Amino acid sequence: MPELLQFAFSGLTVGAVYALVALGFTLIYNSCDVINFAQGEFVMLGGMTTVFLGLAGVPLPLAACLAVVVTIAVGLALHRFAIEPARGSGAVVLIIITIGASIFLRGAAQVVFDKRFHSLPPVVGGDAIRIAGAAILPQSLVVLAGAVVILVLLWGFIERTIIGKAMVATAANELAARLVGIDTRATVGLSFAISAAIGAVAGILIAPITLTSYDIGTLLALKGFAAAMLGGIGSAVGAVVGGLLLGLLEAFAAGFVSSQYKDAVAFLIILIVLLAMPRGLFGRAPVERV
Amino acid sequence: MRALLNHRLFPALAMSAVVVLLPLVLPSAYYYRVAALVFVFALAAVGLNLLMGFAGQVSLGHAGFMGIGAYAVAIGPTHLGVPSWLAFVGGAGLSALVAFAVGRPILRLKGHYLAVATLGFGLLLAIAFSNEARFTGGPDGMAVPRLAVFGFSVRGAQVWYWITAASFLIGAVLALNLIESPSGRALRAIHDSEVAARVLGVDVARTKLAVFVVSAVYASVAGSYFALLNGHITPDVSGFLRSIELVAMVVLGGLGSVAGSLVGAALLVMLPQTLTSLHDYEHMALGLIIMSVMIFLRAGIVPTLARALRRA
Repeated sequence: MPELLQFAFSGLTVGAVYALVALGFTLIYNSCDVINFAQGEFVMLGGMTTVFLGLAGVPLPLAACLAVVVTIAVGLALHRFAIEPARGSGAVVLIIITIGASIFLRGAAQVVFDKRFHSLPPVVGGDAIRIAGAAILPQSLVVLAGAVVILVLLWGFIERTIIGKAMVATAANELAARLVGIDTRATVGLSFAISAAIGAVAGILIAPITLTSYDIGTLLALKGFAAAMLGGIGSAVGAVVGGLLLGLLEAFAAGFVSSQYKDAVAFLIILIVLLAMPRGLFGRAPVERV
Repeated sequence: MRALLNHRLFPALAMSAVVVLLPLVLPSAYYYRVAALVFVFALAAVGLNLLMGFAGQVSLGHAGFMGIGAYAVAIGPTHLGVPSWLAFVGGAGLSALVAFAVGRPILRLKGHYLAVATLGFGLLLAIAFSNEARFTGGPDGMAVPRLAVFGFSVRGAQVWYWITAASFLIGAVLALNLIESPSGRALRAIHDSEVAARVLGVDVARTKLAVFVVSAVYASVAGSYFALLNGHITPDVSGFLRSIELVAMVVLGGLGSVAGSLVGAALLVMLPQTLTSLHDYEHMALGLIIMSVMIFLRAGIVPTLARALRRA
């Protein structure tokens, strides 16, 4: 029983990061039908930029804010220079562009930063808290709380502000949104900026626990995408549920089956979900136009 | 003249000319080896081009099949006592079987769902190769025994140049013939509109599966050559980055252009060789190239050039 709880705690912590990455995927997919494989690089940029700004002498809270700003800038640049010029291309071309962007960002991080692993001091330090025989780090609770806060803020933004409504309108029907006067290009750019911010915050929160380096982005993007598919691509609730579920499944597989094949769990899930229930848990039925 | 240029095998003729004339300008064994590598990857790219360029399906996990071919040629002689050439053929057969088994359910998907399913498949293979250290030597890889045919051990960069060039040309001719055949037209019909193709009587599921299996065999053969050429393989041969490089080669050269596959392969194989001093910038350059070509030269290098020349 204590083992089950322990795996559950670590699974939920990592799952929160997957959930945030999946949320970023969903936001961008909803606004412009693009699967953004560079999403994982946003997480990497958040953590690494904070680390290196901190090493340069900037106080950590300020470094974290600057890191988020830098990542937002990268997200906007990605939209403006890589996605916008290729509007109207097929889904595959856009996926390849974002994969190229993620490779580029990883290569740039390798040059600007370095290839070592880095850590950040936890927001809330101290020993692990013991609950029913299992231990959970205070930072894990911070990660989970951060994820919840981000979700609430995002929900409030989308439901209660006019800009949020504009994003929903653009996602529903771009032409109609433009006809009522919404600047769809800016709205899509905004979705990239918000995704980047969410990714960066996730990266900063998780760095004290799982360390960060220049190449964590790729695997995170793939797993975040698996989580989004599991929950149903296009559904924000699905993204979060999918992320947490994936984290739990991964932790249980690592603990009870084989830790070597831990990474395989996400990809097995992708295959099973796509073949058995392509809609995922909360997705809409796909409509094919003839 | 026009008839010659438009003949379906003209690209193969042009490429044969390049293959025959190239040794006149290659200074040393190192260049022969790079050229052999280009032909190996061009072979895999041609197979992937059949799938992506003509049938319009996407596969982001094709390096997995290269891995099957590569590890077959490594494990066969080492652990199973099978001669290299038999392991070569066995690897191709195994790839075909795996493609048949996996392709049937996966090819029902479309667009980015298909892309991600193939991605997951390729990654699963890479993880399996990396973890089963008893058979595959784990993340550090394993040595590949030299190919021995009729008692002669195949060695030397020049020998491999001619072997890989011949294999590539055979593969290219087969592909070019397939494209102009009724099966090839069925493929292109599927690419245009699956529903319309089905209405016309094309067995879409079977045709897609067939081209998937064929492209898997191409990749497996290329993977086996790669392993034999290098004498050593690691699980990276079937990794995510390798799959993306294959897709990049196809897309850069031109979706639907067999000659383009050679150009794309040449570009991406020679890129790290030319950047040896700037090795750290290799990923940046690769990502930048992929993005730029996809944004500005959407049709790929060879079709864009062909279109420009035709207009001139």
